[in-house]
Amino acid sequence: MHDLTLAAARKALRSRSLSSVELTDHFLSAIEKHDGQINAYITVTPEPARKAARAADALLAEGDAPALCGLPLGVKDLFCTSGTKTTAASNILRDFVPPYESTVTSNLLADGAIFLGKTNLDEFAMGSTNMTSAFGPVTNPWRRAGSDAKLVPGGSSGGSAAAVAAGLALGTTGTDTGGSIRQPAAYCGITGVKPTYGRCSRYGTIAFASSLDQAGPMARTLEDCAILLESMAGFDPRDSTSVDRPVPRYEDALERGAKGLRVGIPREYRTDTLPEEIAALWDEGIAWLRDAGAEIVDVSLPHTKYGLPTYYIAALAEASSNLARYDGVRFGARVEADTLDELYEATRHAGFGEEVRRRILMGTYVLSSGYYDAYYLRAQKVRTLIQRDFLSAFETVDVLLTPTAPSAAFAHEERPTDPVQIYLNDIFTVPASMAGVPALSLPAGLDRSGLPLGLQLIGRYFEEETLFAAGRVMEKAAGFTHRPALHAGAVA
Amino acid sequence: MSSYRIEGNTGAWEIVVGLEVHAQVISHAKLFSGASAEYGGEPNTHVSLVDAGFPGMLPVVNRECVAQAVRTGLGLNAEIHLMSRFDRKNYFYADLPQGYQISQFAHPIVGEGKVEIELADGTTRHIGVTRLHLEQDAGKSMHDQDPLRSFIDLNRAGVALMEIVSEPDIRSPEEAGAYLRKLRQILRYLGTCDGNMEEGSMRADVNVSVRKAGEAYRTRCEIKNVNSIRYVMQAIEIEAQRQIEIWEAGGTVDQETRLFDHVRGETRSLRSKEDAHDYRYFPDPDLLPLVIERDWVEDLRAALPELPEAKRTRLEQTYGISRYESGVLTVEQGIADFFEQVARDADARLAVNWMLGDFFGALNRTGATIETSPVSAEGLRELLGLISDSTINGKIAKEVLEDMFESGESASAIVERKGLRQVTDTGAIESEIRTILQTHADKLAEYKSGKDKLFGFFVGQTMKAMKGKANPAAVNDLLKKLLSE
Repeated sequence: MHDLTLAAARKALRSRSLSSVELTDHFLSAIEKHDGQINAYITVTPEPARKAARAADALLAEGDAPALCGLPLGVKDLFCTSGTKTTAASNILRDFVPPYESTVTSNLLADGAIFLGKTNLDEFAMGSTNMTSAFGPVTNPWRRAGSDAKLVPGGSSGGSAAAVAAGLALGTTGTDTGGSIRQPAAYCGITGVKPTYGRCSRYGTIAFASSLDQAGPMARTLEDCAILLESMAGFDPRDSTSVDRPVPRYEDALERGAKGLRVGIPREYRTDTLPEEIAALWDEGIAWLRDAGAEIVDVSLPHTKYGLPTYYIAALAEASSNLARYDGVRFGARVEADTLDELYEATRHAGFGEEVRRRILMGTYVLSSGYYDAYYLRAQKVRTLIQRDFLSAFETVDVLLTPTAPSAAFAHEERPTDPVQIYLNDIFTVPASMAGVPALSLPAGLDRSGLPLGLQLIGRYFEEETLFAAGRVMEKAAGFTHRPALHAGAVA
Repeated sequence: MSSYRIEGNTGAWEIVVGLEVHAQVISHAKLFSGASAEYGGEPNTHVSLVDAGFPGMLPVVNRECVAQAVRTGLGLNAEIHLMSRFDRKNYFYADLPQGYQISQFAHPIVGEGKVEIELADGTTRHIGVTRLHLEQDAGKSMHDQDPLRSFIDLNRAGVALMEIVSEPDIRSPEEAGAYLRKLRQILRYLGTCDGNMEEGSMRADVNVSVRKAGEAYRTRCEIKNVNSIRYVMQAIEIEAQRQIEIWEAGGTVDQETRLFDHVRGETRSLRSKEDAHDYRYFPDPDLLPLVIERDWVEDLRAALPELPEAKRTRLEQTYGISRYESGVLTVEQGIADFFEQVARDADARLAVNWMLGDFFGALNRTGATIETSPVSAEGLRELLGLISDSTINGKIAKEVLEDMFESGESASAIVERKGLRQVTDTGAIESEIRTILQTHADKLAEYKSGKDKLFGFFVGQTMKAMKGKANPAAVNDLLKKLLSE
């Protein structure tokens, strides 16, 4: 059961060879047994999950079960879930129980999904290591060959990625602001999709950077992601930035193949510091697509090098404003004080971790009078140029293929002390976020030490289907069946 | 140009005033949430999760509030921007749940317009409108409910406001008052703001500076949140006086935000320019640029009600009334509507005279407004009809109107109940006159000997004998005839 994909589990449930209660119990006990070593979950909700599973079994028995009926998932603890603690991995929301449900999780629930619990993340989704969580770091289920060193799962959706990799959920929701789905998916050897900005509603998802945040699925396979995305996506009148266009059946696109597809290889991504084995894997990915009949085209995205600095200006500016509401006045943690200003200071100092505080300060700085033009405004202009890079590349190619991250997962202790070094992890994922175009990461191979590496496909606005089709070709060619050291099947 | 000047020790000073008016938009729901925008209600009962700034909550712009802003822009003869944008104005305060106010800083929905004001001496001036933008109101902090704690009421948080910014074109307290009254009149006609300054649905920030004639502008001070037209006028005068004293003493006026204390009759510093907030404005990423269609604007324009100036001109032309009379009748739309109902197919002159005279007098006396008037337009129209068709005369009509205000009965019912129907029966009047001429044979003799003034005496005696109900014209005619016999 631990090796089931979401698609296989769906089939088993529908053929009644497996019940949702059995499946849910399996995952709950796997979490109980193994999550102590991984810390993928902040909150586990066994009772509501079992109750929902029993209801799902009843529906399945009747034969008119909705799309995700009875399938146990993990939800990144950034999506508000009605009646279930939603923390954003922050002390300031440690005990926050929202009285409302995010649109994405509402959609999943409406399709019959079972929520096992809320998965760990970097505090307020700010990080690429999942080390900034107020609920402790997540440990990547993978180990380097011959080493016990604990590795980071990537971030910010580190708990979601680790849960899937370790067999603690069939699939999970993630959010991606600058790579927060794709990079942890790559580090944990799973698949993650960041759809086009506006494809999934942001209503009820705790905001990091509103113009970049986008929810997406994380799962073992592209097929699983396609099934989940179809449920998560859709127009929502409560989110002004969600887009009103029909949601396709992504599953139908999976076997379209890559024949005649024009695949762009952005030369700016081939940096001097790119590790040789990542470059080699990238070449391998190119070969897979070429062998499937795709045409490989060299393209240029000339503003790529400005992606990272402008992303950190735009995202942190928005974050500094988005996080102003955590002030201890209406909800969440409060540290009492004599004056209002002291209450703000004490509450926010105690409530936010170091990285969040750093980002709020940087975001405040770039919006400040006298600096706005030099930082925020200029970053917005560069963002437009980055968008144009993609638009012009997509005039000649259908998708872009790049590595997902410049390295494999690193150890907790190896985490750089210089925040900028950590920010560099996002170098290949940030440009697609800045442009708002869809992108996915799929596991393509292992490095010399046995850690998974991911490749990224980037597509045109709302052409997730092309990504699924090209990705499926690579998925088949890669034949990635490796499982991490720590997973529900491997650990006795 | 206004001749208003303040005499200082160094000569005459001109004042320069610009007004920022915050007008609460009339709408069912708030600017970005579905919560009720109704005034009042128990604290924190008109609050949605969006208004309270809960995690993950998103604003969605209320189309009706946008329509109201466009209507107002059209009413101010202003340029409507088909594309505008919402920005965040960031600051921390306990009654500002999101930690920012959503406002239109860089790209307002309405651009330049103008308002024509009329001054007491009959002259008119145009005051430029710089812009109108939409923004959210904040909640209310209550510091007087508990010795140690403050309470927050978020009912107002998120309610739509229009900030209407004037050019620094105002040159006297009178002009400021006239501008605010005119603006309020237009907003009320449009139905976009109730203009109720006591409830805070219209408030003004007043920018004041002084200068010698012909000079460039000097430093201005902003007086925040003045909540009546009278206070605005007082605050301008007091603040101008303060600035003149500083300049004349060789000092410099500092740019700052001040408060008006109407009890002490002074303005006080609230914060200096150095302490001013850095609001870190930037486009709200939760909202797309606000794009509206030209056709929609034209539909709104076509559906606009008749505005005060147009109505005045039409009333003058249709009913042959004076400029002064049209001004009084159009102060409020309700009055103009009332007048037109009364005057429709009737004697317009009679209608104007009665409305501006006895009817308004009765309203004032009873403390009623045109909306709460115990006498409806139909009721007044019926009364005037009784005058026109000679059922009663004007004197009796005054008595009937008073009775209508008290009893709420119709004019004809009162006339019947009290037997006030006018006597037009010439036989009855003639016999009454003959009796009077006999009784006052001495006066008759005096009249005949040339004392013409006594004609009035005989009219009075006749009316008295007829208990006021005689038709005055018939009395005149008959008296003339009988006196000359």
